[in-house]
Amino acid sequence: MQSEWLSSKKKGDLLLQGREMAKLRYSRLAQMLSLGVVVLLSGCSSMTVLNPKGQVGDDERSLILTAGALMLIVVVPVIVMTFLFAWKYRESNKKAKYSPEWAHSKKIETIVWIVPGVIVLALAILAWTTSHSLDPFKPLDAKAKPIKIEVVSLDWKWLFIYPDQRIAAVNQIVFPTNVPVDFYLTSGSVMNSFFIPQLGSQIYTMAGMETQLHLIANEAGTYNGISANFSGRGFSGMTFTALATSERQFNAWVKKIKQSSKKLDQYGYQELAEPSQNNPVEYFATVKPHLFHDIIDSYADKQMSSASME
Amino acid sequence: MFGKLTLSALPLTIPIQMGAVILMGVLGVAILAFITYKRRWKWLWKEWLTSVDHKKIGIMYIIVAFVMLLRGGVDALMMRSQLALSFGPSHGYLPPNHYDQVFSAHGVIMIFFMAMPFLIGLINIAVPLQIGSRDVAFPFMNSISFWLFVVNLSLVFGEFAKTGWVAYPPLSELRYSPGVGVDYYIWSLEIAGAGTLMTGINFFVTIIKMRAPGMKLMKMPVFTWTALCTNVLIIGAFPILTVTLGLLALDRYLGTHFFTNSHGGNPMMYVNLFWAWGHPEVYILILPAFGIFSEVLATFTGKRLFGYTSMIYATMAITVLSFMVWLHHFFTMGSGANVNAFFGIATMIIAIPTGVKIFNWLFTIYRGRLRFTASVLWTLGFLVTFTIGGMTGVMMAIPAADFLLHNSLFLVAHFHTVIVGGVVFGVFAGLTYWFPKIFGFTLNEKLGKASFWCWLIGFYLAFMPLYILGFMGMTRRLNHYDNPAWHPLLLIAAAGAGVIAIGVLLQIVSFKRRHENRDLTGDPWDGRTLEWSVASPPPFYNFAEIPVVTDRDAYWEMKHNGNGQHQASAAYHKIHMPKNTGAGVIIGAFNLILGFAMIWHIWWMAIAGLLGVIVTLIARTFDYNTDYYVPAEEVKRIEDEHSQAMAGGIGHGR
Repeated sequence: MQSEWLSSKKKGDLLLQGREMAKLRYSRLAQMLSLGVVVLLSGCSSMTVLNPKGQVGDDERSLILTAGALMLIVVVPVIVMTFLFAWKYRESNKKAKYSPEWAHSKKIETIVWIVPGVIVLALAILAWTTSHSLDPFKPLDAKAKPIKIEVVSLDWKWLFIYPDQRIAAVNQIVFPTNVPVDFYLTSGSVMNSFFIPQLGSQIYTMAGMETQLHLIANEAGTYNGISANFSGRGFSGMTFTALATSERQFNAWVKKIKQSSKKLDQYGYQELAEPSQNNPVEYFATVKPHLFHDIIDSYADKQMSSASME
Repeated sequence: MFGKLTLSALPLTIPIQMGAVILMGVLGVAILAFITYKRRWKWLWKEWLTSVDHKKIGIMYIIVAFVMLLRGGVDALMMRSQLALSFGPSHGYLPPNHYDQVFSAHGVIMIFFMAMPFLIGLINIAVPLQIGSRDVAFPFMNSISFWLFVVNLSLVFGEFAKTGWVAYPPLSELRYSPGVGVDYYIWSLEIAGAGTLMTGINFFVTIIKMRAPGMKLMKMPVFTWTALCTNVLIIGAFPILTVTLGLLALDRYLGTHFFTNSHGGNPMMYVNLFWAWGHPEVYILILPAFGIFSEVLATFTGKRLFGYTSMIYATMAITVLSFMVWLHHFFTMGSGANVNAFFGIATMIIAIPTGVKIFNWLFTIYRGRLRFTASVLWTLGFLVTFTIGGMTGVMMAIPAADFLLHNSLFLVAHFHTVIVGGVVFGVFAGLTYWFPKIFGFTLNEKLGKASFWCWLIGFYLAFMPLYILGFMGMTRRLNHYDNPAWHPLLLIAAAGAGVIAIGVLLQIVSFKRRHENRDLTGDPWDGRTLEWSVASPPPFYNFAEIPVVTDRDAYWEMKHNGNGQHQASAAYHKIHMPKNTGAGVIIGAFNLILGFAMIWHIWWMAIAGLLGVIVTLIARTFDYNTDYYVPAEEVKRIEDEHSQAMAGGIGHGR
């Protein structure tokens, strides 16, 4: 699907300590399973979610497969028992025991409460630890200095602002591999969900509010980005590409944008925010300072915000 | 004069929609003409529209639910065929404007106007009979409930919401959805929701107050138990929906800012409130289905339900927990790790009582004598399918896993697995099971089984690919895509939807050969609970003599102690019954006018509709002639007739 136009397959050697710990605990089983599942079901790279290219997605993939494996401990016996019991105790099988009044067994009832209970306990521990270790707001523990991208969802396109580079782009982001990317997100319109399936978590974008997301790409490549929350008639075309490149290529990209003719000021933003569908990629050489926060603040009511809102 | 309503509200320029409008119009006229030709208007009015008999109201609920199943099913076929076609350079045949209405309508119809009324219909039919009662606590209110639900405003004029069935603001606010679509959504749910709330109150009181002597709470049939819990959930949850949509209506009509982006509005509040109703709603749907499966298995294994007490406690645990998990619908909103983890774990905990139920059903089969009737096939299909759905549900209950799976087709596949595999299989099991009780003949088992296999195979074809598509990063509500890897799977899913459609048709024709399938005994399945102790169909007063209950499986016990036979010799007494009334249908009609006028901003008409509702209600309170006594001789005549039919027809029975 995506041509791997950059073939540096070096997996990052960066350390994600908290994650690594959690991962070790369930990695072996998950790896075995994931290998089986991925090979069997897809055979290619089309199972994007199960074929992640970054640490966050990796951890989440392992989590899904571990949870699935844990639940199969109950699910498989239940399905087998359904077929087995239904067949054995069919009406025509007069040899099978028939106890019409038998309706209670302390032993069985204890077991059927305890077994799901134990599995749910294990899953609950998993859920608790991973909710914290994979919290989208939590910065990644990496050595490299993160790169900052501000994201604004508009009808129906994505505006990306690089505050440190003072550039902006529509429907395209580029960042170096093995460098954490700190996303700060809001919406200039309705609610959307920012999602690059191969890199991991998604998060909502909402007007007047800021959410955060921390991702990393450990492999170079072009990854599809989408909105994962329906936002109106242009929703299907509200896609973007995320390119994970080398540091050098990233710098070249920044340079290229800086040479473009367009600038994003208040007026330009208003114009961009007008509804449009299947927007092409656009570059802006400069961006009005604090545009991102201005967009958030534009929804705050001056009279009410002081007391009643927060 | 007519507010926003003009001729342009008719979709004259959109052939597909116009075709549907014309088809509906022709069908409607044909039905009216048929009734006129048959001279059935008076009969229809006297016997059905004005009826306060819970059995007839139940039947009407189910008929409407079936029509809505067809309507929602056509939506499903349109979506699946659109996605099978709309790949790469092709954009299919449904532009976003129409497609967005289709998926919104599909969700709303299937949840509110198919699954809910189907279950409420079965509750109406079975619960009073199961508890040995002659009607519900408030028969007139039951009629109003039904007619408020029927007012699910036909979608011919104008448009439906293009927001998805959840209608999240700010998308559903006036600024982003200026048309009347969202108003249709709001008013149809406000009016139907009021009816549902009344149903909840009605059945709660009925079950608490009107059980036959001796039927302690822990001797109630399991279906009645689940109906009780469902009605508790309705009473707790539906007011939340009504208020939430009311606030949204205030935003849209009066310019308030409850859920808008600016001026202190907070869309997140809507999302929270919506799901504070929405998650209990899921259990409002599934609990009665659980009850149906319990009845079906106990009956067709000829064995007591295993672990009755566990089953009841599990049901109550689910009832309570269902109010504590709503946030799992939006882990991706950024609530923070502790909050997400709390709701994730609360969600998983529901899997424990649900798992217990599954095991209890399995151990009901164990050492039973299972008869493979169509109802049992639905139940076995449920056990396997629902277990898979539960597993994928718990997967998404883990917040960090949900960050990947949220809003994906994996989610769509999950909730269809539990709703089709649980609720729909449940209502079909229940319909097949209680059908002879309602109509006096069993459904054609062969066609019923064929329908089941179509549904089961069609279901797996339609939804297993969706799980995989979820892993391929396909999100829901897409109208077009470019990814070639998705295309074959979407073709399979479309084929699956077609197979399900065949199943639906087979179900509809399965009342064929009804003369061969007459049930003269009143007990075609060798049942265990009180509904099987009366004739099929039951006399309008249900029980000539209110039974005295000594056992959980009350009728089974009677049969085994030799008093299961119909006692023609008993001395009958006069029976107190409610009179039919047209007030319910008139109130429904005025509500239709009110809702329609509100949608189109025709204020004079809205006032007239509201006044009509109020005046009818007040007029009804001055009607003191609301009940009557059936004389003992009449009861005797009806009961003797049944005894004779039974004596003559035994052997023709099962």
